[in-house]
Amino acid sequence: MACIEARGLRKAYGTTIALDGINLRVEEGRILGLIGPNGAGKTTALNVILGLTPYQGELRVLGRNPWTERYQLMRDVCFIADVAVLPRWMRVSQALDYVTGVHPRFDRAKAEGLLAKTNIKRTSRVRELSKGMVTQLHLAMVMAIDAKLLVLDEPTLGLDILYRKQFYDSLLNDYFDRSRTILVTTHQVEEIQDILTDLMFIDRGRIVFDCSMEEMESRYVEVMVHPEQAAAARALKPMHERQVFGGSILLFDRVDREQLAALGDVRTPSIADLFVAVMGNQAYRAQGAAG
Amino acid sequence: MNSQSNAVPESPLESQVAAAAVIPETRRLYWSVRRELWESRSIYIAPLAAAALILAGFLIRTIHPSDKMRAALALDPAQQHKLIEQPYNFAALLIMMTTFIVAVFYCLDALHGERRDRSILFWKSLPVSDLTTVLSKASIPLVVLPLVTFGITVVTQGIMLMLSSAVLLGSGQSVATLWTHVPLWQMSLMLLYHLLAIHALWYAPIYGWLLLVSGWARRMAFLWAALPLLAIGIVEKIAFNTSHFAALLGYRMSGGPEGAKFTAGSMSMDPLTQLSPGQFLISPGLWIGLAVAALFLAAAVRLRRYRGPI
Repeated sequence: MACIEARGLRKAYGTTIALDGINLRVEEGRILGLIGPNGAGKTTALNVILGLTPYQGELRVLGRNPWTERYQLMRDVCFIADVAVLPRWMRVSQALDYVTGVHPRFDRAKAEGLLAKTNIKRTSRVRELSKGMVTQLHLAMVMAIDAKLLVLDEPTLGLDILYRKQFYDSLLNDYFDRSRTILVTTHQVEEIQDILTDLMFIDRGRIVFDCSMEEMESRYVEVMVHPEQAAAARALKPMHERQVFGGSILLFDRVDREQLAALGDVRTPSIADLFVAVMGNQAYRAQGAAG
Repeated sequence: MNSQSNAVPESPLESQVAAAAVIPETRRLYWSVRRELWESRSIYIAPLAAAALILAGFLIRTIHPSDKMRAALALDPAQQHKLIEQPYNFAALLIMMTTFIVAVFYCLDALHGERRDRSILFWKSLPVSDLTTVLSKASIPLVVLPLVTFGITVVTQGIMLMLSSAVLLGSGQSVATLWTHVPLWQMSLMLLYHLLAIHALWYAPIYGWLLLVSGWARRMAFLWAALPLLAIGIVEKIAFNTSHFAALLGYRMSGGPEGAKFTAGSMSMDPLTQLSPGQFLISPGLWIGLAVAALFLAAAVRLRRYRGPI
């Protein structure tokens, strides 16, 4: 069973189309990054998957309809939607008590263990904690829930670089066990490059790019080309070209690595570079959407 | 790191145990109500403050009785009774008024505050249904506040009686008169009936309406709760030159058939026999009110499904 399966998923707010016929399939045990510019429909897509918004089209999350079965779904799904949604009046101990009281899959001892590694005091109220600590608290609670799907919407927004690094390290080392699925959206793409197994780009309510990280690493090649070889390189039809000091960097899709190595330094593109290339290449996007 | 690698083989077992554990809906409701009490501490702080105020005032009155009171105590028994009992009724009234105000403001904020501070996204990430959440919030004015009012009032009146007795005994007087004029047991029973009949059941549609508005309004929930009612009254007045709607609201606010009995006299003067719970329970006003309250709550549940942060 796929963890998330959508066909022709649509969502409109008045005349604004937020999701324009999305098809996607996320298998269990993947870590999927959903990347897109502001207003592309990322948050809408997550809200629809989490059953927070009604939608049109077909959607199954863990085999359930998220809108009509949201409450049952939440036993197996966890999410951190944005940062700082923990109620500010709550004490850390109260948050733990409450989640223990209502969530059958919450392992309090594990949450306590994770919190013991931080400076968060049980008696503190959320409003007294720094933004980084609130995120640590939320993450500790979420990681102590034995969920099948974890959805993170900009989980590290507004955090300093140390917390951001710690956040993903902890997620990968203490939580992910290959049977769980994680869906994450972020603008800080470079941070998640190493943890993702799958990558999706979304723009104007459509999935414009969808491939696994292994496929991405084998398919896409970036070459730093000297000016004198630029013409030869361009003949191989790069997806994207950008100028840097002392040459150009060309991004190729499915072009022989050996052949490219002759033209300059070859490397795997970063998600950010690939993102820019895909977003700027209308023809490729049309093809990508079809595939 | 060692402890983590040790923990991994255990996790399938843990998950089986967790999957087997089913949390009954009543437990979720219980924790949701507790959560409300954590969040809105005014539920018990406000009536406690009112009680403290009353006790302070009563203490001064007992220690330094005015000449007017001394004169009155020498009067006929009926006057005497009224004078002795008055502060006890006043205490009950003041605490009830306090909790009613708390109930109104609590309801207006209950489904609004969680959207305003975005915490609704956290609550919705947990397996607690909208129905449980709305019921837990509705139970505060319908169940918790009447019981809190009852408890605090009875304790306050008990302390008042003890204070008076202590002062009387200290000055070598008998407490018999005092105790016959303040039938604490009967007063408590009356109070409990009044709270359950009027504050919980009769007022239910008021709380339902306030909860619905708090779940619907994007801002200024108080205005949205009050203005439509005012508008209906005004339109009715202009269109038909009648004021049935205003009368209806007034009837509801005044406590209906049972409420009149309480406002007319004091709580212990009218014996319990004057009350007619049977008649109250079959009065259409009660059941129409409860049906309207249920409709408002059902709408609030449905609304919460669609609502996100403001």
